Amino acid sequence: MALAKRIIPCLDVDQGRVVKGVNFVGIRDAGDPVEIAKRYNDQGADEITFLDITASHEERDTTVHMVEAIAEQVFIPLTVGGGIRELADIRKMLNAGADKVSINSAAVYNPEFVREASQKFGAQCIVVAIDAKQVGDNHWEIFTHGGRKPTGINAVEWAVKMAEYGAGEILLTSMDRDGVKSGFDLGVTKAISAAVNIPVIASGGVGNLDHLVDGVKLGGADAVLAASIFHFGEYTVQQAKEHMAAAGIEMRL
Amino acid sequence: MNVSSKICAVIDYGMGNLHSAHGALQAVAPETQVIVTGDPHIIRQADHVVLPGVGAIRDCMAEIIRQEVDEVVREVMRTKPLLGICIGMQAMMDRSEENGGVDCMGLFPGQVKFFGNDLEENGERLKVPHMGWNTVGQLGHPLWKGIPDQSRFYFVHSYYVQAENPNHVKGLGHYGVDFAAAVGEDNVFAVQFHPEKSHNAGLALLKNFLHWDGAA
Repeated sequence: MALAKRIIPCLDVDQGRVVKGVNFVGIRDAGDPVEIAKRYNDQGADEITFLDITASHEERDTTVHMVEAIAEQVFIPLTVGGGIRELADIRKMLNAGADKVSINSAAVYNPEFVREASQKFGAQCIVVAIDAKQVGDNHWEIFTHGGRKPTGINAVEWAVKMAEYGAGEILLTSMDRDGVKSGFDLGVTKAISAAVNIPVIASGGVGNLDHLVDGVKLGGADAVLAASIFHFGEYTVQQAKEHMAAAGIEMRL
Repeated sequence: MNVSSKICAVIDYGMGNLHSAHGALQAVAPETQVIVTGDPHIIRQADHVVLPGVGAIRDCMAEIIRQEVDEVVREVMRTKPLLGICIGMQAMMDRSEENGGVDCMGLFPGQVKFFGNDLEENGERLKVPHMGWNTVGQLGHPLWKGIPDQSRFYFVHSYYVQAENPNHVKGLGHYGVDFAAAVGEDNVFAVQFHPEKSHNAGLALLKNFLHWDGAA
């Protein structure tokens, strides 16, 4: 028996509703976040991640209330990302019942923010989200603004730096794969997982259950994140876990 | 007959999110009044007391001492069921290696040690923090009642408890090294994992705690 690999359903949330974009455009409405979170909890999800894509700061309070409502009914770890820019944002989400926050562009603009956040709240609740795109052979670059804006930063080096700055976990999304259902980018997953000593969550591109297996076995991921394969009822989390366990991966069943 | 509801105090010493612990305790025992508080009077009046904790040990211990939580905890541990969670458990040991070495409350003899940056098992590198769902080998204690042995609980920690007295170890964890996933003596029980985040197994443990009279 060993530490189990984790399956993390991800809910993209806009003003309190779960949505899922395909390549970050063409949003389809998928339902009530509390209901969906409970369903995933009952199906045996190991954690749940919310990515808040709400545009304005004011409307983001809707997300806070949503997290409060979910935390009252769902007793597995909850991560909230999107729009986390200052320590006050982190405190607000943690007080609402989130266990971890995921920091994305704010880390790119100000890496010291990650250090401060980790010192203040502990590395265990600081996830650094990395949106990477392949720009050459074995070369991936960080992009911001939903994959539109290149930064010139090498994704693997960035992951190492973020771990040094106090990230407790890396949420790695392949922007080439996000929403296209052709599987994780195993190259970047493997490169980053080997380079850092903190857990790596693979994200972006899951279209079937073998992709989840590959993320762990070939990509070396500690956890796999998926959205649409669960939201639209193609597979339950339980089916996904059984499939991974059958492939020889340690899972919590 | 006294019908007033029982009180469970979750000790708040300013170390962040106690929402989950409160929510989970309340969910498993709607008849209990679960109060998040730093007020020693309420803690002394409570029937059950929980010492949670997140973050780093230096800040935790500094707040525990500054707010005289250690005095209340020492009092409580002689009189009523007390549950330590995560850093709350580590704070009950003698000393932690974290933050360059920090003296803790010394309720249990033993050390809190770093997993290290070169942890491995069977040639496979193990990442630190130990984060996720791992099995716990149960060693006879009423708080495991109804929970299958080797059930998985949710852990997040980079430091682990090495209890000096093997009789204090009530749950065995393993991640590269053996560690104490739970320690206990008399009416005190403490766990390294987060029962409030451990779905059915964790909720069952919390429920057992709130129905426990402190007799081991």
